[in-house]
Amino acid sequence: MSVKTPAPPASAPPPTRLRRAGRVALRIWRSYAFRRFRRGVLVVFIVTNAGFFLMRAMPGDPVDVLAGQISQRGVSPVEARALAIQSLAFDPGAPLWEQWWDYFSGLVTGDMGTSVTQVGVPVSEVIMKVLPWTLFSVGAGVTIAITLGLLFGMVMAYRRNSRVDHALSLIASILGAIPNYLIAITLVTVGSTLLGVINFLDMRGRYGQGVQPGFNLDFIGDALYHGILPISTYAIATIGTWMLVMKAATTEVLGDDYVTVARARGLTDKRIALTYVGRNAVLPLVPQVAIALATVIGGSILVEQVLAYEGLGLLSLSAVNNRDYFVLQGVLVITTSCVVFTNWIADLIYGRLDPRVRVSDVEASS
Amino acid sequence: MSTKTKKGTGGTLSVLWQGITRSPSGFTGMCIVVAILAFVFLGRFLVDHDNPTDPDALWLPMSGEHWLGTNFEGKDTFTKLVLGGAEPIWVGALAAAITVVVAVILGALAGYLRGRFDDIVLQATDITMTIPFITVLIIVASYFRNISPLMVALIIGLLTWPFLTRSIRAQVLTLKEREFIEAAKLQNLGTTRVVFVDILPNMAGYIFINFIIAVTNAIYAIVGLYLLGLLPSTAENWGLMIQQAWQNSAYLLPRALPFLLAPLAMIALFQVGLVLVTRSLEQALNPRLRER
Repeated sequence: MSVKTPAPPASAPPPTRLRRAGRVALRIWRSYAFRRFRRGVLVVFIVTNAGFFLMRAMPGDPVDVLAGQISQRGVSPVEARALAIQSLAFDPGAPLWEQWWDYFSGLVTGDMGTSVTQVGVPVSEVIMKVLPWTLFSVGAGVTIAITLGLLFGMVMAYRRNSRVDHALSLIASILGAIPNYLIAITLVTVGSTLLGVINFLDMRGRYGQGVQPGFNLDFIGDALYHGILPISTYAIATIGTWMLVMKAATTEVLGDDYVTVARARGLTDKRIALTYVGRNAVLPLVPQVAIALATVIGGSILVEQVLAYEGLGLLSLSAVNNRDYFVLQGVLVITTSCVVFTNWIADLIYGRLDPRVRVSDVEASS
Repeated sequence: MSTKTKKGTGGTLSVLWQGITRSPSGFTGMCIVVAILAFVFLGRFLVDHDNPTDPDALWLPMSGEHWLGTNFEGKDTFTKLVLGGAEPIWVGALAAAITVVVAVILGALAGYLRGRFDDIVLQATDITMTIPFITVLIIVASYFRNISPLMVALIIGLLTWPFLTRSIRAQVLTLKEREFIEAAKLQNLGTTRVVFVDILPNMAGYIFINFIIAVTNAIYAIVGLYLLGLLPSTAENWGLMIQQAWQNSAYLLPRALPFLLAPLAMIALFQVGLVLVTRSLEQALNPRLRER
């Protein structure tokens, strides 16, 4: 990535207030952060467009799905079709460009349309019903994985080439290799049928049947109980990668001069490990956390399918199956913006911490 | 010149071979992979392909006649296990090959040419990396109702190239500053010649490792698609076996467990074997990693 530093205007005309404001605006427009921001918005726009056209290119449309549902109640197919078209909040017969304009002009004002299958419910509401659950399970799983992974990784780096290191490295590679949905299946099978310690039929879903969602101890305990399987799946599936990454990062830092100097100064090992080695090893991993979260959320669809955990993944699957255009587009907008803007923030934080990133990404490889 | 390139790749090959045979975990990994490949591709000549549905033999336990019992249709699980491996493996390999070819061409040219082309490629990787891969895969898979394995490979290949493209571009950026590339450029050898004959052979080992990694990613995706029930349920496939077992709640029935766990173990073992191989190869190519 080549960086154009804004060249100062050659012959400066007398600075008026307007000109100065213009120059500030130009400076912001050209700044690193804003250039990345513009790129992020562009990426979200393109991905949403891809979703928009892909969905409409699919055989079958929401009218078919709705008409099918209605005709099950004993209405003739022709009438069911008419009823279905009536109940839709958009005109499926309108030309594509008109639908496009309606959707994207609504999107700019934050209106994501209404769901097709749950007639009349705004998409934002449909998504908000499942998003917290995915964020909760993925977030908790990844947090556990990162915390333990960083800890184990440091231990491995300190005990390089010892038996502990070899054993942990092997375990980490194996855990990192097994697909997350297979881990979920294995957990259920081993836990319920072979060991008999868990009751999967009772643990499926997000919370028990008799429990009222709300801020009370019953509900929180139940949600945690139902969260055990997805959370441990995400944790087990991602911990291996973090162990290996942290081991490599720590080893790199351990060879640096300032660690030797710290040792020579007689600082305690604990202090060196925490404030000197640990901190500097973790810093370059900051951008990776954002990317990791994005991949895990993307892969959550398979884990949620296996564990019958109604989150964002299962919502997008049913949206595709029911041709629920607006819900799927909404999911795409939300997930891509999450990915793009967490990346953006991670980049900015990292750019503050390590100014080299802002200038070039060449060195990263060597 | 051509003899020099040959020698170069020969060198990489022997380094890779030594990397595998000298590392215990890498050697184990290779044995696992070779054993599974033999099981899948030689086994299909040894088993009876005729595997009839038998309503009187549902969920039979393991026995001398049915080594791994029977499934929910009364079909022999072991036969299905032997026949079901070929598809995920060859689709995975094909998808990985597509990924690697696209990534190598785009990444090498972007890193070598820089400028406008580089900007466009980087922008494209940015966008493709952000697309929720599985979601798009689901949309496309339900788009073609009877999707062929070939199409699955093509889609996976075309959605997963950006990561490799970036790292190949980064490697080319450092390689092209080296003296021998300067020399090649001074001889006016032409872009394609310099990139594909002088630069890329130096990365042969690295590209090979990434091919294996791409295979594991593709297998993850295709088995996942089967698990979601989005691929036609006519073929013999490990992913389909797991999906059917899961849908029929085979995990609740101890004697039905082989139908669920056998394909699961095969996929997991194959993935683990490949990853162990790549790790030892990485260490062989980059001795600095060994100390890490």
